[in-house]
Amino acid sequence: MAKPIELEINGQRYPVNYPADTPLLYVLRDELGLTGSKYGCGEGQCGACTVLIGGAPRRSCQIPLSAAAAKPVTTIEGLEKDGRLNPVQQAFLDAGAFQCAYCTSGMIMSSVGLLQTNPNPSQAEIVQFLQGNVCRCGTHPRIIEAVRQAAKMMQEHER
Amino acid sequence: MSNLEGKLFIEPERYELSAAPFHQFELARRDFFRILGAGIAVFAIAKDALAAQETAPGPRTFHNEELPKEISAWLHIGEDGSITGFTGKAEIGQNIRTALAQTIADELRVPFESVRMVTADTALTPFDAGTFGSRTTPTITPQLRRVAAAARDLLVGVAAKEWNVAPAGLVAADAKVSDPASGRSLKYAELARDKTLAQNLPAEDPITPAAQWTIAGKPVPKVDGRAFVTGRHQYAPDLRPAGMLYGKVLRPPSFGATLTAYDDSAAKAKPGVFVVRDGDFLGAAAPSADEAQRALDAIHAQWKEVPQISNKEIFSHLKHNAAAKTDDRFRKQKGSVEEGLASAAHRLDATYNVAYIAHAPLEPRAAIAQWADGKLTVWTGTQRPFANRDELADVFRIPESSVRVIVPDTGSAYGGKHTSDAALEAARLARAAGRPVKVVWTREEEFTWAYFRPAGVIEVKSGIAGDGALTAWEFHNYHSGMSGIDTPYVVANQRTEYHPVPLILRSGSYRGLAATANHFARETHMDALARAANMDPLDLRMKNLSDPRLRAVLETAAKSFGWPRKKTQEGQGFGVACGCEKGSYVATFAEMAVDKTSGTVRVVRLVEAFECGAIVNPDGLRNQVVGAMIQGLGGALFEAIEFENGRIKNPHFASYRVPRFRDIPEIEAVLLDRKDIPSAGAGETPIMAVAPAIGNAIFDATGIRLNNLPMVPNGLRSA
Repeated sequence: MAKPIELEINGQRYPVNYPADTPLLYVLRDELGLTGSKYGCGEGQCGACTVLIGGAPRRSCQIPLSAAAAKPVTTIEGLEKDGRLNPVQQAFLDAGAFQCAYCTSGMIMSSVGLLQTNPNPSQAEIVQFLQGNVCRCGTHPRIIEAVRQAAKMMQEHER
Repeated sequence: MSNLEGKLFIEPERYELSAAPFHQFELARRDFFRILGAGIAVFAIAKDALAAQETAPGPRTFHNEELPKEISAWLHIGEDGSITGFTGKAEIGQNIRTALAQTIADELRVPFESVRMVTADTALTPFDAGTFGSRTTPTITPQLRRVAAAARDLLVGVAAKEWNVAPAGLVAADAKVSDPASGRSLKYAELARDKTLAQNLPAEDPITPAAQWTIAGKPVPKVDGRAFVTGRHQYAPDLRPAGMLYGKVLRPPSFGATLTAYDDSAAKAKPGVFVVRDGDFLGAAAPSADEAQRALDAIHAQWKEVPQISNKEIFSHLKHNAAAKTDDRFRKQKGSVEEGLASAAHRLDATYNVAYIAHAPLEPRAAIAQWADGKLTVWTGTQRPFANRDELADVFRIPESSVRVIVPDTGSAYGGKHTSDAALEAARLARAAGRPVKVVWTREEEFTWAYFRPAGVIEVKSGIAGDGALTAWEFHNYHSGMSGIDTPYVVANQRTEYHPVPLILRSGSYRGLAATANHFARETHMDALARAANMDPLDLRMKNLSDPRLRAVLETAAKSFGWPRKKTQEGQGFGVACGCEKGSYVATFAEMAVDKTSGTVRVVRLVEAFECGAIVNPDGLRNQVVGAMIQGLGGALFEAIEFENGRIKNPHFASYRVPRFRDIPEIEAVLLDRKDIPSAGAGETPIMAVAPAIGNAIFDATGIRLNNLPMVPNGLRSA
């Protein structure tokens, strides 16, 4: 057995014994029980498995363990701090921006990633950024609204 | 996949026909209270069953250990004041968990937060045929209301006995019963204490009218919303019982292929791998999904393929393979179409084609099966838990009472999760492995081996008088189905017929069923008639409509849209469509922007008015209506399954295009709340008028009439 690969997920270190080319998503879900990241297509086409790697949103079904090992990984489970939701989570909740909610984890992780690099995105920028995330229930208008509200909340918090 | 080869016909509304009678419920009364704790339970039972029970010897309220049969709804009030409602319906994103809890809280006069719903668990909930057909709101809502009203009466009765007063003077409100005369009050929790009191009631008692609702009718946020935004909610694919293996199924190379030979020795030799062969089924279970896939890769299988129809020939095939004689149920006629056509000032005949489309729920089909002591438990995302149970019992030749199907709140379905495929696969593998097995379909399997909204051909012949009044209407639907086939327009001479055709691709229910196809054809045709008569398309509809509810949604949507509108730029166009189905009414207006040079077609704005009687939860309803509009936009413009020689050519999100953020127009949904009309379901009807409204707006923009769905999969190509 090769040397375990060490992952840093949500601030915790996990040594895992998987081949280096195993997609991160399968290790998160099947090995570590972090099932908030969803399997939607396994092809990087739907965004349901989005996590932050080194702060940037990535499709975890397309990221081999070897690429995830070097940087801190944040999953949906890592956003809530001391019982307080991340502003994006709170905004999705406030806007009722989900129906079946299977896409919600990925939508929230992508949006957190967007707001980290662009704290005040225009509607067009939100649309462009979330283009790779599928919501089959058709909740897009509320998701856009939630991202706008989250940006507002975060800016008010900054002041 | 024998059902692909056989001479199966799609039933006009296939699920209604398969609805079983109310089912015997095998949970004993002592188990019920053991699970829920002591308290008060009230059961609504079907009227016929109650009559039978009343004529039978013995007391009306049951005292034996068996729960009454033919129960349709029940609820339980615990000693801590917690209220639990039970329904066999499944939460699939349509937000019934919230709406039904609102209903119970409203009728029982308790805070919303004290009510929880147990849904879609064959061991705990009443039998239910399935979550489809927009039936939850019109059937389950009144039943739960009646149960809650009876529970309230029961609590009042307990209090009256306690105080030795007449029940008539007592008031039930705020989770307590009060006696205004003496100022005394007892909480429901106190009244339920130390009781194992159960009562049946006829499902007939009066319930609170919508105008007096206090919790229902309000935009209560989705129950458990926090579990969804934190990723804590566990869908079926997220469950991991101890010792679980991962299952994969070897799929045939094409539809209809049969297994002729196979060698699984290399796969079986792998450590921890179980291989199962059963008929044409070949699957493997292993400690990881990757190992299960490698085991499948190591199986050498030979298949005999059979010729299959491809999508380039599908429409002529459907037209030419319809049954020569159809069932009487499929035909309707009044007056004389021939005379109506003869007297028409304008005549118009047209043919409309509708492609196969996929549900593409983001949560793929998945199931976890666990056997213990000859009993089977399955967790699966399905719209039909009891049908799944029955099929599992049938296949494994065990009693239904030995199978329990549990549906975790599911990552959507849209009519696509009626069958038991994943449950059967997981159960077969689990039985061989002697351990729990999880099967999660890949996206490619989901696009290939599920089922589709059927393709169809629709032919219309019509005539109108000089003033726009319809004189004749003849409408033939080949294969796609009967939902929404009847015209809501007043026309004395009409003939409507549905022509079943043996299945080509595996087909079944889809949000709105054939109502989307039939409305596309009818509403496109009405628009073309208006153009032929040089009339405003809205005026032509109003001229021929008498139904006040349909007229009301048209008028409302027209006002919000600003119809009639003047074009202000090149390539701009406006369109309208409407319809009614399953007790609800819809009118949709579309604004399109078409660039004729590049062929780019963009939906700029959609306005829809929707009316489904008294609104139970306007926030959840708005999500459903807007969601249906967006889903309808996909089928209108670009969604289509491509197939050739029994293979799906585009089984990926990269090649099967679903609506994404860039496709979303400005959307406005206007909800009409008719408190004087019983609530109808809303999951389906809001999708129906989207495609024709868009197509009619494209015509307005370009003069090009598009009669096939999807209309512009590759942009607009002028004819």
